[in-house]
Amino acid sequence: MNEIARTTGAFAVDRPIGVAVLAMGGQGGGVLTDWIVALAENQGWHAQSTSVPGVAQRTGATIYYIEMMKAKDGKEPILSLMPSPGDVDVVVAAEWMEAGRSVLRGLVTPDKTVLIASTHRSYAVGEKEKPGDGVGDPMAVTDAAGVAAKSTIAFDMQSIADQNGSVISAALFGALAGSQVLPFPAEAFAAVIRSGGKGIEPSLKTFEAARIRATQGGIAPVAKAPAKKLDALPTSVGHPKLDRLLARIRSEFPAPAQSLLYAGIKRLVDFQDVAYADEYLNRVARVLASDREHGGELHTYALTQAAAKYVAVAMAYDDIIRVADLKTRGTRFDRIKKQMDMEDDQILYMTEFMHPRAEEIVSTLPRGLALWIERNKTLFDGIDRIVNRARRVRTGTIRAFLTLYIIGGMRGWRRGTLRHAREREHLQHWLDAAMGQVTTNYELAVEVLNARRLVKGYSDTHARGLSKFDRVMDAIPALANRPDAASWMRRLIAAALQDENGTALDGAVKTIASL
Amino acid sequence: MAERSFAREVEDLKLGTGQEFRGEGILAITKALLQSGVGYVGGYQGSPISHLMDVLADAKPLLDELGVHFESSASEAAAGAMLAASVMYPIRGAVTWKSTVGTNVAADALANLASGGVMGGALIIIGEDYGEGSSIMQERSHAFAMKSQMWLLDPRPNLESIVKAVEDGFELSEVSNTPVMLEVRIRSCHVHGHFIAKDNKPPTFPLAQALEMPQRDTNRIVLPPASFLHEQEKIQKRWPAAIDFIKSRKLNEFFGPEQGQVGLIIQGGMYNGVMRALQHMHLADIYGTSSVPIYCLNVTYPLIDDEIVKFCTGKSAVLVIEEGQPEYIEQALNTILHRHDINTRVIGKGPLPMAGEYIAPVLAKGISAFLEANDPALLGNRPPLPDPTPVLQDPKVKALAQVVPPRPPGFCTGCPERPIFAAMKLVEQELGPHHVAADIGCHLFSILPPFNIGATTMGYGLGPASASAFNVPAGKRAISVMGDGGFWHNGLTSSVGNAVFNKQDGVILIVDNYYASATGGQDILSSRAGNESRSTNNTIVNAVKGIGVQWVRQIDRTYDVAKMRDTLREALTTPEQGPKVIVASSECMLNKQRRVKPLFNKAKRDGVRVVKERFGVDEDVCTGDHACIRLSGCPSLSVKHLDDPLRDDPVAAIDESCVGCGNCGEVSEAAVLCPSFYRADVISNPTWIDRAMGRLRSAVIGFLQNRRAAGRIVFTD
Repeated sequence: MNEIARTTGAFAVDRPIGVAVLAMGGQGGGVLTDWIVALAENQGWHAQSTSVPGVAQRTGATIYYIEMMKAKDGKEPILSLMPSPGDVDVVVAAEWMEAGRSVLRGLVTPDKTVLIASTHRSYAVGEKEKPGDGVGDPMAVTDAAGVAAKSTIAFDMQSIADQNGSVISAALFGALAGSQVLPFPAEAFAAVIRSGGKGIEPSLKTFEAARIRATQGGIAPVAKAPAKKLDALPTSVGHPKLDRLLARIRSEFPAPAQSLLYAGIKRLVDFQDVAYADEYLNRVARVLASDREHGGELHTYALTQAAAKYVAVAMAYDDIIRVADLKTRGTRFDRIKKQMDMEDDQILYMTEFMHPRAEEIVSTLPRGLALWIERNKTLFDGIDRIVNRARRVRTGTIRAFLTLYIIGGMRGWRRGTLRHAREREHLQHWLDAAMGQVTTNYELAVEVLNARRLVKGYSDTHARGLSKFDRVMDAIPALANRPDAASWMRRLIAAALQDENGTALDGAVKTIASL
Repeated sequence: MAERSFAREVEDLKLGTGQEFRGEGILAITKALLQSGVGYVGGYQGSPISHLMDVLADAKPLLDELGVHFESSASEAAAGAMLAASVMYPIRGAVTWKSTVGTNVAADALANLASGGVMGGALIIIGEDYGEGSSIMQERSHAFAMKSQMWLLDPRPNLESIVKAVEDGFELSEVSNTPVMLEVRIRSCHVHGHFIAKDNKPPTFPLAQALEMPQRDTNRIVLPPASFLHEQEKIQKRWPAAIDFIKSRKLNEFFGPEQGQVGLIIQGGMYNGVMRALQHMHLADIYGTSSVPIYCLNVTYPLIDDEIVKFCTGKSAVLVIEEGQPEYIEQALNTILHRHDINTRVIGKGPLPMAGEYIAPVLAKGISAFLEANDPALLGNRPPLPDPTPVLQDPKVKALAQVVPPRPPGFCTGCPERPIFAAMKLVEQELGPHHVAADIGCHLFSILPPFNIGATTMGYGLGPASASAFNVPAGKRAISVMGDGGFWHNGLTSSVGNAVFNKQDGVILIVDNYYASATGGQDILSSRAGNESRSTNNTIVNAVKGIGVQWVRQIDRTYDVAKMRDTLREALTTPEQGPKVIVASSECMLNKQRRVKPLFNKAKRDGVRVVKERFGVDEDVCTGDHACIRLSGCPSLSVKHLDDPLRDDPVAAIDESCVGCGNCGEVSEAAVLCPSFYRADVISNPTWIDRAMGRLRSAVIGFLQNRRAAGRIVFTD
């Protein structure tokens, strides 16, 4: 067959340029690969691409590999079908953790590899299914790219694509052009897109925006979450009642707690009324008094800060009045219209998916009546049979809107409800538990306040959260006398947020029991 | 073919002599079949050979013009049996499938075919699904070639070599009256390359002629005494004929210097990887010049004694580069050399790992070790090999391992199978965990987070059969899952029929999504679309009733999570004995979107009233528990961090890729999760009634909203 190759002549020193593309199924990695191949072939180069799509096309991580070179005198180069770790010239990653994966796979090395990646995140199931915050820290990829790559060009290419009405493959292609790692002019890149099938104009716009952005080089700043919006306390917001709240915060509370308290009163005025926010400040003021007594200043008033945050959260509990109120607000209608990118002539209707149970309905009745119904099981079950079903509420229609609107308007009635009484009791119990520790272990008291984070969700989910919260609270006596109690408490909270059923929490509780 | 068009690829199949073909390996094979005068083609779709089937399914006019019959076989067994047309007639036929799984299924037919032998060239194109990207058990098809004595081609992974292998394969099959297997690996199937095409050839012997003038010869039928003769014939006639052909046509290749102290004996498919490894070691260049002698087996079965003897004579050792295990070639080489009393050492597994894919670094390491031990002088100044290890040892890189999440494949956005498993999880919460026998297909993604459902998978259409032992009185029943693809492949008889006959008291859940979805959305018997060349719309319910199932429930919208849950509960708890079959039907969303999106856009452009649905989450209602995600895993349902200082955990968020399937709403209703979800219906081209109602409603609602907002004392942001 191949008689020519039998002779051993001098070795040619030519080597191909290797480009690895890491993408997730549905990101257009195949399209990008085809573009790169066409680009090289249009310039008279040899190009070979391979991929291992398999089942990975269903949202999984996939790798494509391209080799290209200008071959000598019409000779046919033998190109590799897979990237060799340590021998890849360009890595294009369509997502930030995929960039991390390329580094972990050894495809990015400091002597060779230019890393071109989008910094946006598309969370894996394992990250988003955690009851707490399971999202990986993107800074880890930035740090690793810093040591692994020869150079890195990374920015949010997904949003460039979104802004220009195209898909990320066009932005990646633009970044590749802008990086100038391939010896082809930008026009040659654009020509490939132009000869394609559909969506040429938005693709070109996206390409060009990303190309220009890429010429700046470097890694755009990444953060796991946006910085918390801690507004400085204003002097006046123009309403005497609200200004009085602001004045209270300014005069009664130390500076480190003021921003959180401001967030707290905003939430509670919105949830109920000004008097309710006053109540909140009274509660936190009591915590502050104790805080001061126990050297809070040395702790930058950590106890007061934790109370400012979680007392507000606890007081603004999620009852059906609040849900109905939020669902019927004009600001919400406007926000959704914006999110849906409405054109002028379009009409929007929302359908809410609600499933109230007797528990929620009855607990919204006046305390005495509600308790009486709860004790009367037949009656309670009867009510449950009537209300407990999935309800789809079209908030854009008048009758459905009115129903929610009326419920949302029952704020005046809220303080008398059974739910309110129960929330108050729960809150007091928790606050007492925390304050009981201040004398002996200030840090533990702070962590007991932080444990409130575990109470969230509705119905069964809420019950599960409460049970985790209770289990954490139950551990306090066992921990109270330990100097490292606070760090154990932190571990318990973290464990509770790891899985749905509290398996990790059970393990942590057992460990504590064995101490 | 379903919702994807391969019209452009079909154009590539029409190229004539001298024109350059540019494209994928598997498409090149398809073209090579037509250039070789193939008379009929069959097969069963699956990665990495789906494209061959898909493109031919779209190429009907071209095939009709050439007189080529193409069939989407019901299974690999059906495809293998199809080759019987080449037994008595000089008709070339080709079949294809994913291997080894497909070869396992076809083995019965292939063994019969190989015993009696063929007159027309019979080619079996094996998509060897091994190594990275593979979705099946890691085995070799080589064993099938050896056990039935079929010849196995393993060409170098470039389009020219692969196309030549197709053409040679037919000839080899004809001169040796033996079916020939052509093995192509995943990357070779997907490799983009080029070759110079030839004109397509119509088959010389039309199938119709065979029908009109049938031939028979009892000596070709596998029944004693002919079967005993077949074995003799294989050894005495067919084998020598094959050896002669392979030798005279130089199907195997030699590269590098004629002489050397050592040499490499490699599978053709390993060639590019080996050359890259040698290049890294400065023992070869990019154009294939090598300073190590290489014997490249483009035919890996049978081996050619003469060529081996010639190559090994004078060499102290040879390295066999043979991917996968057992190391059949290495064993055979030892035997051959021993028989010829040649003392060349055969080395293979040892420097090279016994198991796993032979990627370039693995090869470089193995070849280095081999040369170090047997011809160190050849290694020269030992240039450093590309090595990422120093960087991988860096603490900053090591730290990544804790952060980079695994990202296995999963259900697509809007997949109709998601609500089925959400319902199963809800039933599990009520009735406790059950033994769940899984099957092959997209639904197997249920074994992964967030669903974590499914205990075993035993083969295509064998889910219910794999639960058949659990047919004993117990407090719980086994659940088995099977897709429509598996159902028609094998499941109707081996699983459902088996369950009926043995009165299997379990639950069989058949996921009917209108296509063989996992393999690319091909039509099958129960597909709902009309298909001119195939019979579709044969319902699964009719089939299972026909085979004798009494308890059958059809769910026509899998997104109805509550109904799904209630039906499953009923099946698990009903006193009725025997198999309980639930057919859960909704169209594969990937294919539905391909079908519906263009129609929707056109209607919108044309001014027709259309409604687009998308889901959203009210972030101030969501408490960030993510219970909804644990019942979904949808790519469009994600999390979002807020800047609100009072919130710790990210809230759920739905992005623009949402297709409005409804799962989120249904799940939050059925599982009583929370009221955060809403569906936004955007009406385009509203009618005058829409407009009038819209105006009225906005006026009333807007008035009420303003009224309340005005009466409220709040901080404005």
